[in-house]
Amino acid sequence: MGLFDALLGRRKPVGPNLDALFALPSAAITLQVSLDHLPTGRGAVAFRAPEGRAFADVEDEVRRLLDADGGPPVEVAADEFGFTWLVVTTTPPDLASVVTDLHAVNTSLVEAGFGPQLLCSHASFAGPDDAALAMVYLYKRGTFYPFAPVPGAAQQRDNVLELRVRDLLTGELPLETDLTRWFAIWGAPGL
Amino acid sequence: MARTRYGADRGLSARMMGTLFGLGLLYVVLAAVLIALGINAWFVLILSGGLLLGQWWFSDSLAMSSMRAVVVEPEQAPQLHAIVDRVCAMADMPKPRVGIADTDVPNAFATGRSPKRSVVVVTTGLLKRLDAEELEGVLAHELSHVAHRDVTVMAVASFTAILAGFMMRSAMWGSVGRNNRDNNVAIMVLAVTVVSVIVYFLSFILMRALSRYRELGADRGAALLTGKPSALARALQKISGDMAVIPTRDLRQMEPVSAFAFAPAIGGRKGMDLATIFATHPSLEKRLEQLARIQAQLGER
Repeated sequence: MGLFDALLGRRKPVGPNLDALFALPSAAITLQVSLDHLPTGRGAVAFRAPEGRAFADVEDEVRRLLDADGGPPVEVAADEFGFTWLVVTTTPPDLASVVTDLHAVNTSLVEAGFGPQLLCSHASFAGPDDAALAMVYLYKRGTFYPFAPVPGAAQQRDNVLELRVRDLLTGELPLETDLTRWFAIWGAPGL
Repeated sequence: MARTRYGADRGLSARMMGTLFGLGLLYVVLAAVLIALGINAWFVLILSGGLLLGQWWFSDSLAMSSMRAVVVEPEQAPQLHAIVDRVCAMADMPKPRVGIADTDVPNAFATGRSPKRSVVVVTTGLLKRLDAEELEGVLAHELSHVAHRDVTVMAVASFTAILAGFMMRSAMWGSVGRNNRDNNVAIMVLAVTVVSVIVYFLSFILMRALSRYRELGADRGAALLTGKPSALARALQKISGDMAVIPTRDLRQMEPVSAFAFAPAIGGRKGMDLATIFATHPSLEKRLEQLARIQAQLGER
């Protein structure tokens, strides 16, 4: 943010950075080889639907676009924080097409001028012993971070697994270096 | 190129620029008068500058202790932290510390010398009265203050006023201390006092105007960030309404942090009367008007 914006009490809304999303499928292979975590074929994108007809139109269009490929329908879910999640499911699990679908959502929103409304995307993985893992993509930062809820425990994160994933994927994915931004997405749709 | 719905409000920017220009001009006038009168102003300059620097540097701990607020960890207030997390992720800004003040007055404030050293505080009265969406609007408003660096800007802007205040006092001390019968010195002391009083008064009015514009700026930032101007409007209405009817509120307690609080402790009135000129916050009507405009802008097809 420049001095001028600070003086005038304003701030440019931060647009999303979409490029790094496509690096996920190759990182998934590393996860599979080293940690035995497999993609579940589910992923979701979270955004804040602003008030007004304009956004409702875009949302309809996006849903039609994703459902047009003949796969299972896209689920729409709202969370308690007021964010809308579009959940993409592929059977058999196909991470590449999940990422493509997520990217299509993002592109549509950005084109309609709603880029700043994107919060995050995630693709989920399942490991041995029901271990769950999601790779969360922060649009504003263009970075990934791992989120591993402890199965069965209420709101507890497996930090050891998360840090291992970070060390493993450094170099393959742009990972979020600031740990305070690894916010939890408890009960996020599509996990 | 994709279109953007998040352009700057040129009118607001222009008014803020004008106010800042006025404050800068006052500073130059004051400095010029001091130099013309040949006063050794270093003492005054260093003293007032030091005081201001201290206030700015310790702004977070000062405000926290005056509101008796405590910092809460994610384990203590998971819901509050989760909302702050998400707003920060949307705005791409570092997460500030989160605090709660145990008072029934519904209010919130943000302070700190830099976005990294900031703290956002809400009162228990606010948590009790607002739903999640409204709370998010209020937090986004406070985080916009942080992002706009309002504490720093207001501290720098208040330098002229503090300097003028010191000049007044030191001119009076000077006239008392030296038992002079020299006409020139007496006239000079009088001139310095008069100029200081005028500068102080003008910079006070300009600062209040700047504070109101920055409130509007933070409202605007919050509405665009959350995409829900109506939630913020509801929160404003709820709080302002409550503020007027709650008889137990302690006005003295509210005073020191009023400038960065969400809603002022003293309500404003309509029209261009004295209360409007001296208010730190724009009237509820003005704030709701702006939010309605943003809502229309977001909904345009």
